Amino acid sequence: MQVEKFYYDNKIVKWFAYATMLWGIVGMLAGLWVAIQFYAPGSSLSFAPTTFGRLRPLHTNAVIFAFVGNTIFMGVYYSLQRLCKTRMFSDKLSWIHFFGWQGIIVAAALTLLAGHTTGKEYAELEWPIDIAITLVWVVFGINIFGTIIKRREKHLYVAIWFYIATWVTVAMLHIVNSFEMPVSFLKSYSWYAGVQDALVQWWYGHNAVAFFLTTPILGLMYYFLPKAANRPIYSYKLSIIHFWALIFIYIWAGPHHLLYTALPDWAQSLGVVFSIMLIAPSWGGMLNGLFTLRGAWDKVREEPVLKFFVVAVTCYGMATFEGPMLALKNVNAIAHYTDWIIAHVHIGGLGWNGFMAFGILYWMIPRMWDTPLYSKKLATNHFWLGTIGIVIYTLPLYWAGFTQALMWKSFTDEGQLKFQFLETVTHIIPMYITRSIGGTLYLIGALLMVYNLAKTIGKGSFIANEAAEAAPLVKEASVKREYWHRWIERRPMTLLVMSLIVVAIGGALEMVPAFLIKSNIPTISSVKPYTPLELQGRDIYVREGCYTCHSQMIRPFRDEVARYGEYSKAGEFVYDHPFQWGSKRTGPDLAREGGKYPDSWHYNHMMDPRIMSPGSIMPVYSWLLDDRLDTASTPAKIRAMMKMGVPYVPGYDLTANKDLMTQADSIRVSLAKDKIKTPATAEIVALIAYLQRLGKDIKAK
Amino acid sequence: MKFLHYLEKITGVSIYPLSSFVIFGLFFLVMLVWVWRSDKKKIADISRIPLD
Repeated sequence: MQVEKFYYDNKIVKWFAYATMLWGIVGMLAGLWVAIQFYAPGSSLSFAPTTFGRLRPLHTNAVIFAFVGNTIFMGVYYSLQRLCKTRMFSDKLSWIHFFGWQGIIVAAALTLLAGHTTGKEYAELEWPIDIAITLVWVVFGINIFGTIIKRREKHLYVAIWFYIATWVTVAMLHIVNSFEMPVSFLKSYSWYAGVQDALVQWWYGHNAVAFFLTTPILGLMYYFLPKAANRPIYSYKLSIIHFWALIFIYIWAGPHHLLYTALPDWAQSLGVVFSIMLIAPSWGGMLNGLFTLRGAWDKVREEPVLKFFVVAVTCYGMATFEGPMLALKNVNAIAHYTDWIIAHVHIGGLGWNGFMAFGILYWMIPRMWDTPLYSKKLATNHFWLGTIGIVIYTLPLYWAGFTQALMWKSFTDEGQLKFQFLETVTHIIPMYITRSIGGTLYLIGALLMVYNLAKTIGKGSFIANEAAEAAPLVKEASVKREYWHRWIERRPMTLLVMSLIVVAIGGALEMVPAFLIKSNIPTISSVKPYTPLELQGRDIYVREGCYTCHSQMIRPFRDEVARYGEYSKAGEFVYDHPFQWGSKRTGPDLAREGGKYPDSWHYNHMMDPRIMSPGSIMPVYSWLLDDRLDTASTPAKIRAMMKMGVPYVPGYDLTANKDLMTQADSIRVSLAKDKIKTPATAEIVALIAYLQRLGKDIKAK
Repeated sequence: MKFLHYLEKITGVSIYPLSSFVIFGLFFLVMLVWVWRSDKKKIADISRIPLD
């Protein structure tokens, strides 16, 4: 049998590795900055782009799509070539993918800081960027499948299955969740409204965690862990079961993000049951990883790479045990909206994703530069800094979340709420300070790694094209050449189609009833579309990322009804494109904010929250007082809403601005009564109009 | 498409969660049998691919 000589492309891996390190540090710095804003609100600099509501989406997007995204690509480009025993399908596509993705990251950072956002968590990017993501993702897909088809290895190793499922599911999630109605070049409204929007968004959000932060990284684990331990995976059969069960079950569990909300009960229960079932495949995968090291624990003592992998896989196990527990309604009632969730996701983000990325970098870079790691000791120090950092980050937040939830739910003997909302915030500030210390340690560790790897790169010589040889595939099936060849070529496609069917069934059965059956959301006749001024105000609310700290969803609990008012009904949100239920209450719920305070209270509160509520940690929004509302956009916004079925009278787009000015003027007059002079066209006026409308529709009987 | 018509109670919605269970159950059983019956030697070979 003739062996063929060929070369692996290490250059593309190198650049994705550089991007991983760069965006990792950027994302962590943004994270540290927003963490500091919790106890030092002045660190928002009173400057719109560096205020929490804009910086927090930058942090999440940078960490998920830039840091972990580049980790995935670096790992896939390295492992796929070797698992298929061939160079990537097309160098040109690899580079289009690389520059396309980095361009998207830069565009994302700039637009998010400038306040262009769809207001849907982890899918904040506006429609032109959404299209760019789709195109680059297709390029990545062609490159993967091209490589798989020209491979010299008969069988598709399980890691490749995870890559295929990742690719196809992320494509589906991104497309379905990004249906939006463009208003202008950088502004759009979610196609879905209210409850449907929430269901689609959390089907997406949950599965973005599943198929962007979990399945591709599991694929990398199945390649790099055996490599680093120099032994095959503990049970390959278990990995097959792990794969199919995981991708099948994950897709159903999204509604557990919406327990006790206005989402129909049957959908909530479906989410709970599948979430509990998810423990089984997740732990199957974790044990498969850990058992691979059985009898090789002595290696873990010496090898920093394995240390990182062991903690990463353990964190994966912890987070995937905690996830189903959080999906239990009684646990969720306490944890939801609190810092418990932030702790939970950072076990996953810092522990699982971060440590996998570090381990892979420490393993790959010395090999690609053909030199030992510059300093094993430094890497071990990084490991300990990171591990201690995770502990100091998460434990205080678990404590904070638990404490705050219990304080929210405390009543006095007389039946009054025991604590003001603000008291529950100021009480946990020491925990916020500790959390940022943990984050700082973790960041210092990452910086040590960059230094260590830079030194390694400095003393090594890069192998841009790594020579390899293998027998071509067609020769193996000498008897039934035609048959074998076609059969093998079809298998990755079969896998692709099967994975798509498996995930699409879950998605469809979960969402179809909420869309097609006329029924799920009882209409409330008193709920009316927003006035033009309120709509503009709502866009400001979305632009400033208010939803990152304020929910608009009162759950049917005694304490929430006592604190915020009547619990939220599904029918109240039918005109909310996008929904703004939020997922975290750093500040109080705003679902029934309308009419609670006079207009002037909101004006002063935006100017400096601490004037109205001393001790508040809300940032200053003083620019809203100076900036003028862009009324020229009103007709286009009304038209977009009408296209999506919001019942404004035909032709209203042309007269909307007249109504807008009338309402703005009435707010101006009301402010003037409290000795506040402001032009009616200031942005603050529109925002006040929106805030004063919130939750009022069902009160007016 | 307009998603604005939501009236009356949903009837027979239990078919959705039930069918999801049945589909998953069947799928899982078929997969278990398939994995159980797969060739041991071949599986061992495949699991060594990353190391070759």
